[in-house]
Amino acid sequence: MNIHEYQAKDLFEKFSVPSPKGSMAESPEEAKKIADEIDGQIVIKAQVHAGGRGKGTFKNGFEGGVHLTDDPSKIYDIAAKMLGETLVTHQTGEDGKVVNKVMVAKAVDISKEYYLAILMDRESQSPVIVASTEGGVNIEEVAEKTPEKIIRESIHPLAGLQPYEIRKISNKLGMQGDTAKQFAKLLKALFKLFISCDCSLVEINPLVTTPDGDVLALDAKFGFDDNALYRQQEIASMRDTSEEDPREVAASEYGLNYIGLDGNIACLVNGAGLAMATMDIIKHYGGEPANFLDVGGGATEEQVTNAFKIILGDSNVKGILVNIFGGIMDCDVIANGIVNACKQVNLSIPLVVRLEGNNVDAGKETLSNSGVNLIAADDLSDAAQKAVKAINQ
Amino acid sequence: MSILVEPNTKVLIQGITGGFGGTHAKLSLDYGTKVVAGVTPGKGGQTFESSVPIFDTVDEAVTETGATVSAIFVPPPFAGDAIMEAVDAGIELIVAITEGIPVADMMRVKSMMTGSNCRLIGPNCPGIVTPGTGPDSTGGCRIGISPGYIHKKGSVGVVSRSGTLTYEAVWQTTQLGLGQSTCVGIGGDPINGTSHLDVLKLFNDDPETESIIMIGEIGGTAEEEAAEWVKDNCKKPVAAFIAGATAPPGRRMGHAGAIISGGKGTAEAKKAALKGAGIAVAETPSEMGSTLASIL
Repeated sequence: MNIHEYQAKDLFEKFSVPSPKGSMAESPEEAKKIADEIDGQIVIKAQVHAGGRGKGTFKNGFEGGVHLTDDPSKIYDIAAKMLGETLVTHQTGEDGKVVNKVMVAKAVDISKEYYLAILMDRESQSPVIVASTEGGVNIEEVAEKTPEKIIRESIHPLAGLQPYEIRKISNKLGMQGDTAKQFAKLLKALFKLFISCDCSLVEINPLVTTPDGDVLALDAKFGFDDNALYRQQEIASMRDTSEEDPREVAASEYGLNYIGLDGNIACLVNGAGLAMATMDIIKHYGGEPANFLDVGGGATEEQVTNAFKIILGDSNVKGILVNIFGGIMDCDVIANGIVNACKQVNLSIPLVVRLEGNNVDAGKETLSNSGVNLIAADDLSDAAQKAVKAINQ
Repeated sequence: MSILVEPNTKVLIQGITGGFGGTHAKLSLDYGTKVVAGVTPGKGGQTFESSVPIFDTVDEAVTETGATVSAIFVPPPFAGDAIMEAVDAGIELIVAITEGIPVADMMRVKSMMTGSNCRLIGPNCPGIVTPGTGPDSTGGCRIGISPGYIHKKGSVGVVSRSGTLTYEAVWQTTQLGLGQSTCVGIGGDPINGTSHLDVLKLFNDDPETESIIMIGEIGGTAEEEAAEWVKDNCKKPVAAFIAGATAPPGRRMGHAGAIISGGKGTAEAKKAALKGAGIAVAETPSEMGSTLASIL
């Protein structure tokens, strides 16, 4: 799950992680009001999840999703040209994203830029703090070209962040005196936020020092552990479904795990590993998978029907491959689900079904007696080959 | 022999009174597994299927029944606590089936287990099966959610991060007449108790296991680490399959751990590492059994 920049800023404020003064506006009036309270340069940013906002263009012709100005009176006009308009960036695709909110904040003078992140590291099975003096640039490039400039500090899961660990990091970053003290305060607050909110990642790039001696988080990227959202109501409520693929939103409502892709053979599979492998085998035989879809171990007829509806909502789809290994589930129950789903959605494209497992003979009989026009397959290879062939006919 | 569990292993089930836990406890009993106890706080004194005593705590269940293995079917918010309770009670092997445990909870659990002799399999896994010699492989030890009847007592050790892909490999090796010594699902979470490598070492030392199928998927580097070890140390033929060659980077493919991040954990890199270690890599999931058979 992603959150907007202004929501990240709200979290920073809640946990006392210092960041430039500012807030979110939904109208030009609100935007101007925030700007009036700010001394010096002001930055206004369109709030969409996609990157590349600065170089993006609005469909109304207005250039740039990020603007700087000294004059608060100009903020009204800029906000009016952004709000309700569609911003196209290199990450949004041609359709772009409608901007419903802007963030207005103080643009700070920068003395030095740093990189600071905390992430859940699967190798060390602990939180890891990553820091670098090379801030404001692509950190993956820094790690590749100058790995010695990346500082990594593993934090003990039970002991938590210790003062000496903060001193170690600030020392390696070359911070001294008041700057080091302010950094320590910020990192302590950031770590508390990371743990309290079940984050998988908090990345500040850049973290800056200012000529006034402040240490501030200028931009932030958050990742959250989806498994923990049940106990993170506030974070969960920050989800903006208008930023997500509508098919994925619909799928999640039915407890289905769906990820849209660019191909034309849709798949419906039970189990995540088998679903991935089914995509792979379609590709292996020269086809292109249209999606990842895991209906789970105990899929109901209703889920299967909804899965068909979501799959068919993708106009690129020219054929469907259903691959079920019914371990505990009764294959006949699944077969009935498939038949009813086909009838409900009036299926008109080729459907290849591979069914294996518990009570498979009854399931196959249900399919062949159903009158539904489908292609039966013996195993997964056979199914993939038949699906690729069917859409090419 | 087999690894980790055998037909006489005494198993307790935490969460036996839940719908999911109950269904699979019954299937394990039918398979012939020695399910000796259930634990559900507040339901101590009751019995499951009028034969299995239920206790309030794992400590009590272990003292009364001598169970050495615990299967965790407890819902995600309480699963971390349930695992730690089993560790504290001296359980030797914990098999955590629960899917969706917060990463932070698992991190604390793993840290708490440091220095203990207890082994954790999972979480988010289908469990372990050591097939028996009865009809449909009954008479064995089934812990978790795998369909018992697809197994056949035999010589292949199977280790996998995915449930349904394990079933594919099991079914294929059963069809080929090879059968399985033990099948271990290590789970699809980023932080798990037992790695591919841990299980490979056990199979390598098990006289009954003659060959191994290892099933991996995108994300992390566990498969690469296992391959590195196999190269110089594994005495037995190994075949493998890696799922997720077509998965887009940065997306979590169903399993919490199945994600390519920062260009790391791709199927290509894993396949290359496996091949480099002399492991036979199946190009499709349909060919896991035949790929293994081709190197025997």
